[in-house]
Amino acid sequence: MINTPVDTKDTEFPISRQPTHSELVARGVTLPIAAGLSSRAAAPPSIGSASPEVVSVSLTVNGTLHALMLDTRTTILDLLREHLDLTGTKKGCDQGQCGACTVLIDGRRVNSCLTFAVMYDGAQITTIEGLATKGTLHPLQQAFIDHDAFQCGYCTPGQICSAVGLISEGRAKTADDIRELMSGNLCRCGAYGNILAAIAQAMRRA
Amino acid sequence: MISFHYARASCVGEALQEVAGDANAKFIAGGTNLIDLMKMDVERPTKVIDITRLPLKRVERTPGGGLRIGALVRNTDLAYHPLVEQRYPVLADAIMAGASQQLRNMASTGGNLLQRTRCAYFYDIATPCNKREPGSGCSAIEGQNRMHAILGGSEACIATHPSDMCVALAMLDAKVHVGSASGDRVIAFADFHRLPGDTPQRDTHLNAGEIITAVELPPKGFATNYTYLKIRDRLSYAFALVSVAVGLELDGDTIKEGRFALGGVAHKPWRDPQAEAVLRGQPAHAATFARAAGVVLRDARGYAHNTFKIDLARRCIVRALTQAACGTPQSQSAKKIV
Amino acid sequence: MAPYIGTATSRVDGVAKVTGAAKYAAEFNTPGLVYGSIVTSTIAKGWIKRVDGSAAMRVKGVIDVLSHEHRPPMADDDKAYADEVAPLGSPFRPLYDNRVMFSRQPIALVVAETSEIARFGESLVRVEYEVEAPVTDLNRERDAAVPVKPPTNPFEALFTPPKPRGAPERALAAAAMRHEAEYCTPIEHHNPMELYAATVIYHADGKLTLYDKTQGVQNIQRYVCSVFGMKPEDVRVMSPFVGGAFGNGLRPNFEIVLAVLAARALRRSVRVVLTRPQMYALGYRPAMIQRIGLGATTDGTLDAITHDAITVTSEYEDYYRQETGWSGLLYTCANAKYAHKLAKLDLPTACDMRCPSAATGVYALECAMDELAVALKADPLELRLRCYSERDQNNNRPFGSKALRECYRQGAQAFGWDKRNPEPRSMRDGADLVGWGMATGVWDAFQAPITVRIALSANGHAEVACATSDIGTGTRTIMAQVAADMLGLPLDHISINLGDSNLPQSPVEGGSWIAVSVSNGIATTAASIRDELLRLAKQIPNSPLAATAPGEVALIDGKLADKGDVSRAISISDAMRQGGVERIEQEKTTNPSADAARAHNTHSAVFAEVKVDEQLGVIRVTRVVSAVAAGRILNTKTAGSQVLGSVVWGIGMALHEETLIDHRFGRVMNANIAEYHMPVNADVHDIKVIFVDEPDDSNPLGIKGVGEIGIVGVAAAIANAVYHATGKRVRDLPITLDKLSP
Repeated sequence: MINTPVDTKDTEFPISRQPTHSELVARGVTLPIAAGLSSRAAAPPSIGSASPEVVSVSLTVNGTLHALMLDTRTTILDLLREHLDLTGTKKGCDQGQCGACTVLIDGRRVNSCLTFAVMYDGAQITTIEGLATKGTLHPLQQAFIDHDAFQCGYCTPGQICSAVGLISEGRAKTADDIRELMSGNLCRCGAYGNILAAIAQAMRRA
Repeated sequence: MISFHYARASCVGEALQEVAGDANAKFIAGGTNLIDLMKMDVERPTKVIDITRLPLKRVERTPGGGLRIGALVRNTDLAYHPLVEQRYPVLADAIMAGASQQLRNMASTGGNLLQRTRCAYFYDIATPCNKREPGSGCSAIEGQNRMHAILGGSEACIATHPSDMCVALAMLDAKVHVGSASGDRVIAFADFHRLPGDTPQRDTHLNAGEIITAVELPPKGFATNYTYLKIRDRLSYAFALVSVAVGLELDGDTIKEGRFALGGVAHKPWRDPQAEAVLRGQPAHAATFARAAGVVLRDARGYAHNTFKIDLARRCIVRALTQAACGTPQSQSAKKIV
Repeated sequence: MAPYIGTATSRVDGVAKVTGAAKYAAEFNTPGLVYGSIVTSTIAKGWIKRVDGSAAMRVKGVIDVLSHEHRPPMADDDKAYADEVAPLGSPFRPLYDNRVMFSRQPIALVVAETSEIARFGESLVRVEYEVEAPVTDLNRERDAAVPVKPPTNPFEALFTPPKPRGAPERALAAAAMRHEAEYCTPIEHHNPMELYAATVIYHADGKLTLYDKTQGVQNIQRYVCSVFGMKPEDVRVMSPFVGGAFGNGLRPNFEIVLAVLAARALRRSVRVVLTRPQMYALGYRPAMIQRIGLGATTDGTLDAITHDAITVTSEYEDYYRQETGWSGLLYTCANAKYAHKLAKLDLPTACDMRCPSAATGVYALECAMDELAVALKADPLELRLRCYSERDQNNNRPFGSKALRECYRQGAQAFGWDKRNPEPRSMRDGADLVGWGMATGVWDAFQAPITVRIALSANGHAEVACATSDIGTGTRTIMAQVAADMLGLPLDHISINLGDSNLPQSPVEGGSWIAVSVSNGIATTAASIRDELLRLAKQIPNSPLAATAPGEVALIDGKLADKGDVSRAISISDAMRQGGVERIEQEKTTNPSADAARAHNTHSAVFAEVKVDEQLGVIRVTRVVSAVAAGRILNTKTAGSQVLGSVVWGIGMALHEETLIDHRFGRVMNANIAEYHMPVNADVHDIKVIFVDEPDDSNPLGIKGVGEIGIVGVAAAIANAVYHATGKRVRDLPITLDKLSP
């Protein structure tokens, strides 16, 4: 490989312009679609402000009230991890596809990656760090240890918070119900069977 | 994600004021779809209007014996609402078949109607997509189109609507209540979503400056003979390859009225009056169901990776109608297909 | 005190993991931290003409836009980028030059004060390309594939096909019963739940502390030092917890290069976290086409095996593993031959993914064996027993131990295999067709050199230190168990220190070799602690151990005791007090016992039940029994979980997982975990794991490792069960329902 830096002083080429289909064909590239490949930010319809919009937000996390100035884009997940150093809540996809970021907002389990913090002004949030009381593990935390319901541990806080939500919803009556209602929490280590057993144990004791 | 201005509305009027004249403004409620799309730079609103504090969170009986569902009723609250469970169980089941409990806990009724397609090209701004960038081309027609439409597609777009809930709403003949500065209107569910044609960038017939305020269910809920059957690539937490919502009214073995809607096969939940007409007055058995399936799929068209969906849809329709006729609706937890 | 080894011990890091206290690479916060967001290529092949970060730089809070045009110096030779486990070739160099070799290649890094601003900045970077047409389709390129190079050393020989034996072509042509078929498996991505991430702490003196998601902190340390010309004492790499990796973290990934580049450019602490879509630009299990030929006599004895594989790699590195040789290892056959070709595509380099080579190679073999059994009208289990290999014929040597017969017996019994009606489509449960299938699994048992340090305090607490990782396998727990037993202490008196490049040497954690290596390493070092204690104890006046030789004492219940007469004992604290020391520290390196005269393998027998809706083709895996022979099992709980998890991987491999590429763009289109399907809770039902006894003397503790073996055979057992249920043989994974349609 050789390092061949491009002359960055050449500014004549319009920066937002993409190669046209005919230009690409002239270079020997066969593209099936007229527009061809575009760069990541081709002709955005709007790019917003060059400065972040900052708003004040107050919310209660594990019983502690926090008043913060936040970017409107900040999710509760990033608020917890990057602003409050509550890193127990995990980022596994940032797209609502894995459940690792599950927390309880006003008692309901939700994907914190798909929440703008500003929308939850005044909310009560419970994270994995808020489940144990006075050094005693929450029954689900203990059940997860007893049943080896995790391996790498990364999905675990989300699984446990999700299971707390599941139990308080009171809808799961059978093993199939638990499986279905826990299917929003992926575990790549494949601990599902043990997760089921742990939740069933906690439900029996609840 | 671009930087956006955040505005919070406390009533419908305020929300309409905030959105008026701003083509780059978006309402946000559950946020489950919009925030994802904003992170992917597919949606780029410069103003986000929080409507979660609007008083649209009630499920109420209508004078005519139906049900009016506020646009901000969360999916789980709706699925678990006693009136829905008792009178519209097909809706409860369809909701529970979609997404995950966490997402259903966030997602709103109105937002569910406005979900955008899961087409991979729509989501990936590095690739051409007419829905995202009109005129850039449809990558799916000759690309990865396993999840794509077999009905009602166009040369411009073969995306599908991803909702499960809407399939049941379509079957139930729901109505969508819409508010705007110029007054309120009601849109029949069949007319709410649109086909792509040559303007696939428009998913619905909702106009700029309009807001969904409620979804209304007519009295007939098919609470005895119904099912929601969803077929997907894993047993939960996946979008439908094909889904079918069925409601039957039987007189003994004869179908007085039969309705079914398909999900995962078109740009909108797919109803076909001609196919339903085939059911009317006929015995509720497999041969009737197969004829109806044949009619609804008469113009179905497959592409390289989704042709299988035509026959799959045919068999799903027969099975779902059978489930409904037998009064044995599909469980959304136990995955054995009844 | 009862021994810990062999018991169902709960994880010693369990509390940390269930309370959120366990910290992963992106979770070490420090004042002044800045965030890097990666710009990736939209094209799969070509050249970057220009990276324009000017719009990004105008955003308040954006600090810099790094690219090949604008970055601190990096090494200019391939050798500097070749890590501990790099394949042959020219390793990828992030942000090095203007060449684009795969889609989503990192080409710039936007560094900003917050993650939101960095990501926004990333979306504003304009890149102009000179585009070339990419080639990413294995099916189109199969004829252009080239044979793998003959090995030049024993390490490479591990990955190249074994030597042929006999006259396989002639034997196959002459066989009374012949089965030949092609089996295809797609690209799969590891998708650990944790996103790849690096946090680089920049110290005032320019030294760096790196928190990286990796399976080998010392591999990362050496790599960073060679790429950036830094001294080892200036680079410390930590990875105390790893949120899954499955082989994807064996080699350095680009997050660490980008984070270090930014930290050195800005002299600030930096965090770089990949997005989930960006993780599809990392390594993957290569797609492959395998052709198997089996020739047999009518009584079901194998007379010919041919196994050919074509696998995928990048244009710039030759990654391959030995898919083919398992066939002639697992079954007795006089005639066998193997071939392996590589298709070089415009993709990143493939890499190890849980049980590389065997997961795929044995899948093809075990489906072929099932097909042969059908042709012979033989029971699939009976056919395997008839072909059972008592020797490794590839290398003409005996096995160190092989309890596979017992796996077959116990697995079959637990599953109820004898109740199987051999006729396809003969078993039903209402609308479901029921299918029972089985397959064999095999994997290697490796041991690698490792160094362990133990510090024993007079109060009977010990610290055990080794640079190995615990990627979720339970390494920390089994280390504590072994140390507790070897030092005669309670488990909670042992603290384990790992995942830090400053600690004693460890290889990368993978291939199931860490449990055997580190456990024996602990035993060695503990013996040396014991010897030192004995030396001190002998100095005590009238010591009861005065005449006792080192081999005759053991540490039991906090005491050094004569094994023959445990009443002759001295407590640890007394011995230390005598020596005037508060702490004894020993660091020892353990080398594997070189035992090339025997083959070292783990085995399994997998039995699966599927239920398939006859009308719609929906498949449910309702039962799996996996009987595993893997030497001594250190912890039945965590080892059981390893196998349970591997079975789930096997379910995913059989039914769900497939990376879909649009070959026009050379781009993965299901680059997320909503559309790259892996099993969810609802997909997993009854899985039973059995460990059969398998005494083994290949290493002092008789351990073989269990991280990989559990996945092998699962996909084949399921595929065979689907055939048994439906009468339809699907030879390309995953078996999605459309492949079962009439």
